[in-house]
Amino acid sequence: MNKIVSKEYFSERVVKLVIEAPLIARSRKAGHFVIVKVGEKGERIPLTIAAADVEKGTITLVIQNVGKSSAKICALNEGDSITNVVGPLGKATHIEKVGTVVCAGGGVGVAPLLPIVEAFKNAGNRVITVLAARTKDLIILEDQIKANSDEVIVMTDDGSYGNKGLVTEGVESVIKREQVDMCVTIGPAVMMKFVSLLTKKYNIPTIASLNTIMVDGTGMCGACRISVGGKTKFVCVDGPEFDAHEVDFDEMLMRLNSYKEME
Amino acid sequence: MDQKEMIKAMRSEPWREELRKAMKNKERGEIPRVRMNELDPAYRITNNEEVSLGITKEQALVEASRCLDCPDPSCMQGCPVSINIPTFVKNIERNEILEAAKTLKMTSALPAVCGRVCPQEKQCESKCIYHKMGKEPVAIGYLERFAADFERESGNIATPELAPANGKKIAVVGSGPAGLAFAGDMAKLGYSVTVFEALHEIGGVLKYGIPEFRLPNTIVDVEIEVLRKMGVQFLTDCIIGKTLSYDDLHEMGFEGLFVASGAGLPRFMNIEGENLIGVMSANEYLTRVNLMDAANPESDTPILFGKNVAIIGGGNTAMDSVRTARRLGAERAMLVYRRSEEEMPARLEEVHHAKEEGIEFLTLCNPVSYKGNERGHVKTMMLQRMELGEPDASGRRSPVAIEGAIDEVPVDVVVVSVGVSPNPLVPSSIEGLNVSKWGTIIVNQDTMQSDISDVFAGGDIVRGGATVILAMGDGRRAAAAMDEYLKTK
Repeated sequence: MNKIVSKEYFSERVVKLVIEAPLIARSRKAGHFVIVKVGEKGERIPLTIAAADVEKGTITLVIQNVGKSSAKICALNEGDSITNVVGPLGKATHIEKVGTVVCAGGGVGVAPLLPIVEAFKNAGNRVITVLAARTKDLIILEDQIKANSDEVIVMTDDGSYGNKGLVTEGVESVIKREQVDMCVTIGPAVMMKFVSLLTKKYNIPTIASLNTIMVDGTGMCGACRISVGGKTKFVCVDGPEFDAHEVDFDEMLMRLNSYKEME
Repeated sequence: MDQKEMIKAMRSEPWREELRKAMKNKERGEIPRVRMNELDPAYRITNNEEVSLGITKEQALVEASRCLDCPDPSCMQGCPVSINIPTFVKNIERNEILEAAKTLKMTSALPAVCGRVCPQEKQCESKCIYHKMGKEPVAIGYLERFAADFERESGNIATPELAPANGKKIAVVGSGPAGLAFAGDMAKLGYSVTVFEALHEIGGVLKYGIPEFRLPNTIVDVEIEVLRKMGVQFLTDCIIGKTLSYDDLHEMGFEGLFVASGAGLPRFMNIEGENLIGVMSANEYLTRVNLMDAANPESDTPILFGKNVAIIGGGNTAMDSVRTARRLGAERAMLVYRRSEEEMPARLEEVHHAKEEGIEFLTLCNPVSYKGNERGHVKTMMLQRMELGEPDASGRRSPVAIEGAIDEVPVDVVVVSVGVSPNPLVPSSIEGLNVSKWGTIIVNQDTMQSDISDVFAGGDIVRGGATVILAMGDGRRAAAAMDEYLKTK
């Protein structure tokens, strides 16, 4: 049982929870995720850790209400408990000084992107972050991202905030302007697919952090498998970060719909 | 007293001698072996109830009297955890069932589990003297289950005697059969034992893998409860190597570590279409149904119910999966195996049960690819017909493709059950721990000690993929050896 210390709404459908998880807070690194389960008959779902406070013994999760299980988590309040939280899982992000890094985050993907932005900045890189969402209300964590980036470009589909356009347009404007050594992208699979196609064109090494269906999260079930460079990989133990140019995003998008018809 | 002397001493107790005289061996040998009482196949495929109902007390008393109480009981050589088989069987014969249960618990932490899932026909029962006489062996497995069930239902569950606490803390990674057997023995020896489990439930493969109709969860829980009463602590949702490191355990004061993290990674065949929706590993399929209760409408975890379900493989896990598929409503539940039935590694009893339940056996068939529909759901499998060629390294005749003989079979769900590889998660987190090229932890076969002196390992993380009872045997040996190591350190 992990107690919810605080709850904050980023938007109607996006919730930030700070939960007690002292051991995970201590051992997690940027890029790690946890598996959470709400209720005895709850589903095990993966969530990337957005932040941690070692002293307070808490971790931060940002959840978008997109289905039955995420709705259940979003419905919990301060003082309630999450039945099970296990982690930190996956491999941590490989952080080094490469020069200029463009971080492209879409929607709720900005939450797990934040610790990566922070880590790349701390490693001495020039970090330019592109935040994208459908509309102004869905842009999250802008201030925290700003505090850790050299520059932030905001893109909205409807032009209600920042520049009107897609995340790829924001990324491309940077590439056209200056030397970019690396790109990191986290967001909806379809967004990462197009960011990947773009950076491939410019030959910029790109990392995508994937969020697939999982059950145990420790390599046991294989529900999370994807194809990377033609080989089957498990997102939970081989990832969650992969060379975006090698990921078969179409297959991943297809597999994300495995149980769609049942919801 | 060594084991031989102990067997002898127990055998020469007056009641045993009297019991032996009570009936002539010839008479004992004339009694036919008991048959397991089972649910009707037509009924059992509609639910998840345990198929084998056990034997009644009357049946057990008669069956126990078949045992000749041999002076040199060869059955015991077939038991990986060295249960004193004649002593528990004779206790049943004299109607001291709780005594029989106590005998079982002297060496086995999970008798009710072993009585259900051990392949006794390949172990204790395969060594029964009756084989030499052309008769059927004593039904040791059924008797074991009977005694354990009787004790549980009586409400008088004995907690084994514990040595005085020695104040030494031991950590166990994984709460499957190896970890539980180890924990039980170490608790008996006076150690303070903590079992760390990655999942949210205790029991490992006994919970996520073996289905309810073969091993009800309540049976496992009762045995775990006994371990709790013995002082064993359980911590779920904790992954050693992730949540806590090996170094953390040292800082917390643990003096020994037993790694029993199991064989995690499912193997796939790397054929076309294997990532289509509806194709999954047996681990995933069984975990969804068993651990997550996905077939229950109240569960949030989804499962694909198929009309035409194919399970690829011929082992016990494949058998569990295909029988699960039948219970989830599959009209055609097919078992696809590339060799013939004779080579199938699954227990005979499981094969027999599966056939009764209307499972189709597509033997000498091997999938070569899967085709999907426009939404990416698997639609058909291409099956290559095989024939048996020369024996391979395993001694089994190896299957050879018959050129051009490929059939297309409609499927909505495919469960791949072609084996597992050890989960690298724990071994890779302990620096200096040596693993084989298969990823199994290398240990001394007698002591289960790894190259790091305070790290022992057993079960599938060492064996790669074996049975519940072999894992338990490893746990027992590791406990004895770790105790020795810590005493002399």
